[in-house]
Amino acid sequence: MRVTFTVNGRQHEADDVWEGESLLYVLRERMGLPGSKNACEQGECGSCTVRLDGTPVCACLVAAGQAEGREVTTVEGLPEFARRRAGGAERAAGDAEAAAELSPVQQAFIDAGAVQCGFCTPGLLVAADELIERKPQPSDADIREALSGNLCRCTGYEKILDAVRLAAARADETREVV
Amino acid sequence: MAGSTRVPTRTPSQLSQGAAVSGGVGDSSLRPDGVLKATGEFAYSSDMWHEDMLWGFTLRSPHAHAEIVSVDVGEALAQAGVYAVLTHDDLPAEVKKYGLELRDTPVLAGGKVRHQGEPVALVAADHPETARRAAAKIKVEYRELPLVHDEATALAADAPVLHPDRDDHHAAHVPHPNIVHRQPIVRGDVAAAAARAEVVVSGEYEVGMQDQAFLGPESGLAVPAEDGGVDLYVATQWLHSDLRQIAPVLGLPEDKVRMTLAGVGGAFGGREDLSMQIHACLLALRTRKPVKMVYNRFESFFGHVHRHPATLWYEHGATRDGTLTHIRCRIVLDGGAYASASPAVVGNASSHAAGPYVVDDVEIEALALYTNNPPCGAMRGFGAVQACFAYEAQMDKLAAELGMDPVEFRRKNAMSQGDRMPTGQVVDSPAPVAELLRRVKARPLPPERQWETLGGAPDVRALPGGLSNTTHGEGVVRGVGYAVGVKNVCFSEGFDDYSTARVRLEVIGGEPVATVHTAAAEVGQGGVTVHAQIARTELGVTRVTIHPADTRVGSAGSTSASRQTYMTGGAVRHVCELVREEVFRRGRERLGTYHPAWATAELLLEGGKVVTDAGEVLAPLVDVLGDEPVEAVDEFRHRPTVALDPATGQGFGHVQFSFAAHRAVVEVDTELGLVKVIELACAQDVGKAMNPDAVVGQIHGGTTQGLGLAVMEEIVVENAKVRNPSFTDYLIPTILDTPTIPVDVLELADEHAPYGLRGAGEAPTLSSTPAVLAAIRAATGKALKRVPVRPEHIVA
Amino acid sequence: MEFLRPASWEEALAAKAEHPSAVPIAGGTDVMVEINFDHRRPGHLMDLNRIPELHEWEVGDETVRLGASVPYSEVIDRLATELPGLALASHTVGSPQIRNRGSVGGNLGAASPAGDSHPALLAAGAEVEAESVRGTRFIPVEDFYTGVKRNALAEDELIKNIHIKKADGPQQFSKVGTRNAMVIAVCAFSIALHPESRTVRAGIGSAAPTPVRPRAAEDFLGAALEEGGFWDSGATLTPSLAREFAELCAGACNPIDDVRGSAAYRRRAVGVMARRTLGWTWESYRGNRPGGTTTEGGAPCA
Repeated sequence: MRVTFTVNGRQHEADDVWEGESLLYVLRERMGLPGSKNACEQGECGSCTVRLDGTPVCACLVAAGQAEGREVTTVEGLPEFARRRAGGAERAAGDAEAAAELSPVQQAFIDAGAVQCGFCTPGLLVAADELIERKPQPSDADIREALSGNLCRCTGYEKILDAVRLAAARADETREVV
Repeated sequence: MAGSTRVPTRTPSQLSQGAAVSGGVGDSSLRPDGVLKATGEFAYSSDMWHEDMLWGFTLRSPHAHAEIVSVDVGEALAQAGVYAVLTHDDLPAEVKKYGLELRDTPVLAGGKVRHQGEPVALVAADHPETARRAAAKIKVEYRELPLVHDEATALAADAPVLHPDRDDHHAAHVPHPNIVHRQPIVRGDVAAAAARAEVVVSGEYEVGMQDQAFLGPESGLAVPAEDGGVDLYVATQWLHSDLRQIAPVLGLPEDKVRMTLAGVGGAFGGREDLSMQIHACLLALRTRKPVKMVYNRFESFFGHVHRHPATLWYEHGATRDGTLTHIRCRIVLDGGAYASASPAVVGNASSHAAGPYVVDDVEIEALALYTNNPPCGAMRGFGAVQACFAYEAQMDKLAAELGMDPVEFRRKNAMSQGDRMPTGQVVDSPAPVAELLRRVKARPLPPERQWETLGGAPDVRALPGGLSNTTHGEGVVRGVGYAVGVKNVCFSEGFDDYSTARVRLEVIGGEPVATVHTAAAEVGQGGVTVHAQIARTELGVTRVTIHPADTRVGSAGSTSASRQTYMTGGAVRHVCELVREEVFRRGRERLGTYHPAWATAELLLEGGKVVTDAGEVLAPLVDVLGDEPVEAVDEFRHRPTVALDPATGQGFGHVQFSFAAHRAVVEVDTELGLVKVIELACAQDVGKAMNPDAVVGQIHGGTTQGLGLAVMEEIVVENAKVRNPSFTDYLIPTILDTPTIPVDVLELADEHAPYGLRGAGEAPTLSSTPAVLAAIRAATGKALKRVPVRPEHIVA
Repeated sequence: MEFLRPASWEEALAAKAEHPSAVPIAGGTDVMVEINFDHRRPGHLMDLNRIPELHEWEVGDETVRLGASVPYSEVIDRLATELPGLALASHTVGSPQIRNRGSVGGNLGAASPAGDSHPALLAAGAEVEAESVRGTRFIPVEDFYTGVKRNALAEDELIKNIHIKKADGPQQFSKVGTRNAMVIAVCAFSIALHPESRTVRAGIGSAAPTPVRPRAAEDFLGAALEEGGFWDSGATLTPSLAREFAELCAGACNPIDDVRGSAAYRRRAVGVMARRTLGWTWESYRGNRPGGTTTEGGAPCA
């Protein structure tokens, strides 16, 4: 079957999709967007977390056909997503400067040393970004609860907590300046 | 790519860092792959993609032990979209087996399957679903055979011998052919020491089968080349070990199998053995098309080896004043159907069986069995993890019998530099065991009853059971426990352990740039970060490029045994020194006449310049280099070790030891047996923190894997079948299960090691588990002799 | 495999009538796992996400009409007052990502004995509105579970709504898992006090082939509360009464040994949860009466 939906602001189309394929498979293998990761394919690890019409979901549990006509945001689109949310002007696709910019939560993960093997990182970034959007100053318990669906095997989560705290603190500083 | 006309769309890229990222040895430099990993651009092995690629799929045995009576692939081959179906009969070379240490593992089962999930046939098709459907049409007739699944069935008089034609070097030493390897360690006069003992405790302990549970599934892409060879992009821990096993089975010389490390989503030992490597190559060579294979999580549980489950019997004795007299122990490890790393695991379990304590009289025996259970092999801390759980339980038991504080009892018997291991080996670098224990104990305890809130209603997230809302404080008891462990670093027992590095220094865009090329597998630990730091420190440059790891440079050895910073870090430093000497030589030759210091002073490379030790600038590096790069390649070896004596276990078997201690604070719902770990403090000596943040990250991660083994992680095997091959029922800690992990890092240099560093990755995995168990015992008063501890054990 | 995308409820019913083996998929949290792991290859997958009314809920005088596909996260955020037990249960489902997709309708469709919403539905009192081209049935939730992963739906029926009694008293939910988040129940328990009818209802999950109500325990407690005048006096429950209730709840279990836990443990844990949740709800009932003193209700993050 053919499926058409919007990913990171751009319309994508895929043909000859087998009906049993997941949104995750279509993103990774048909649309050239392998950022969302395939760690468990059973909704237990969160490494494939994307926003589906704004809601964080496991892309492995969305049938490809269910994404028809919907809007998907993946880790690849986080910088642009964050910029728009902050009120930034729209930029042309392929704008090198825009592409080079990282979203605040991506930068915080790098700066806090929250990335080791990195396989859990894309899903955590999408989940953490949504948390800070919803709750700009989360408590540690809030962070732990919001990220409890994202498994990480390398870091013991300590630096992931640091990264989310850092991203929230930086966002707070920015707001105070404004 | 040499020999290949086809390059996949996504391949591992060079990791370059400009002036934005800095830092030499000892700085917390940022990862050179951090941005790629945070943007989703980093090319992991499952992300490899090629225009006209096929998908490979593996048909696996549903039986744990069976004869293959017949295989019919006709219907599968006839299915539209199927390009190849391969079985044992299609293997192209004389060599049809592979293995990490012993070549005992069939590439595809021929005649017999020895464990559930053993690969029987391969399919290549145009879509994963096509491949799966075709595999389902392969008709395999099995005749089930009697199971060997524990020590009793393995060593019974009429036990089926799983590998009847053994010719490996352990075969001659073992008392039964179903024993892979057995290592006794005998030292002193145990009978006399036992007679001296005033208090003796004994116990039998069990460790369940833990899984590495790396998140990136086994995967890769094999691309056939025009020269008849193959290019393989794969996630592994040791490219050259893979190569050594792959090439003979393909019937190709090693130079026709070109391997590139694709992005690795964690490893922890589980990628030391081959998984889909040979299979993808076979299918690619047969179909002449690129073949991608990706296991799902279910298959992954059958696609790699696990941590050896173990039964450990211990006897410890002490005099009334709390001095250890002797240790007797017997450790039985279940190696499963194939050897994998079992011999090395036996070596580690036996040589670390006494722990970091001074005890001159020991009788130790460790062995690994061949059974029809899932094959077991390398996992973080192997051998030493199992032993540590048992000897630390014994130390607590003995302290209790003696009426001593468990930390003081340990400190009294703690080994220090100059003491001997049970192998007779003198520990010839710092061994701050007592100090590590002192540090974790001295920390203030976390506040009690953190679930209480101002509003009155409890925050269940801070209670055992968490969001499941099982207690609002009822039945909750706090406990505190301690443990300390010792783990060897690098490969041991006489193995020729080396790593190779190639370093190139050249002028690019008017700036000196160093390129580091090794075959070391970056599995997340941050090797690429440290290699860049070493190059900056040794060559005085800012810009460093890390070349993708591949087999076009010599072996780096495995990313395991806490060895890669020591070994490949050591190799990078050594080769940087060669490059530096060449720079100085060239400088003297070209510019020596301009300044006498070229000949007389001690020269250094700093800030992109050649300077004297007095700080005088002699020349910018770009002037010395001109347009002619300096490149060097060489191997680095640690000091040699020797094999342990097969009868007494004596010998200088290990090159370095690493120590860590933990204090666990837990809260247990004593009525439901649910555990919340509140804090897991660690103190570890790392010799030299090459990258302090990365070291702490390793300690956090290792500690958490130890916590997982303590309270939840186990592959449950019944009658040689896995009951829980999924992330629904094989549970690893979530962020809500993981406590704060304060870390205290000591840096007591080991004079034998590069920069004085001590391998850091594994030690924290050891003591974490027994510390948590000790804390649960303290809270509940239960003996708890098995990990993972389950709620029913706590309430029993 | 064919992918059906009915745009309306009527279309869905017609499609289900035409293809009775079609597997409805909403949140996908069960169905997609089975497809990804090759455990299931239905001839037709039927996407229910395009049917707006399945995502709607309505608070009536006595019941809440919950559309089959309303995600758990919505139950937690919007319906914690009317359906406190179900909201607590919803909070223990999987992960935030799963709670954003999974729904009570899906839980009922899968009918796993370990489904988290079942005990809360049993305790609160609920009816499943099943519809087909032949008509509509209201099935009491007690009668809906017919076996392990089997339910009372006819092959042409779909779940449209779940009608759940609004809470008229305190409710609680507790679940034992071997991890502090994202865990399938070893066993689960829910209790609802119904001061208006002076009854107590409870539900047990994952401790029998189907979710069950411990009727003997309910009856015992109802009678004891009535006889002791507890509803009126708001007196502290006597420990022996709570103990007896707990034992009867444990006795209502018919568990098995499996990879998640032993039968003996499940029985014991159900007893502990029954005693504790009874204590929490009763204290809350006492506290909320005029002149009551205690304040403890559910968890703050509920």
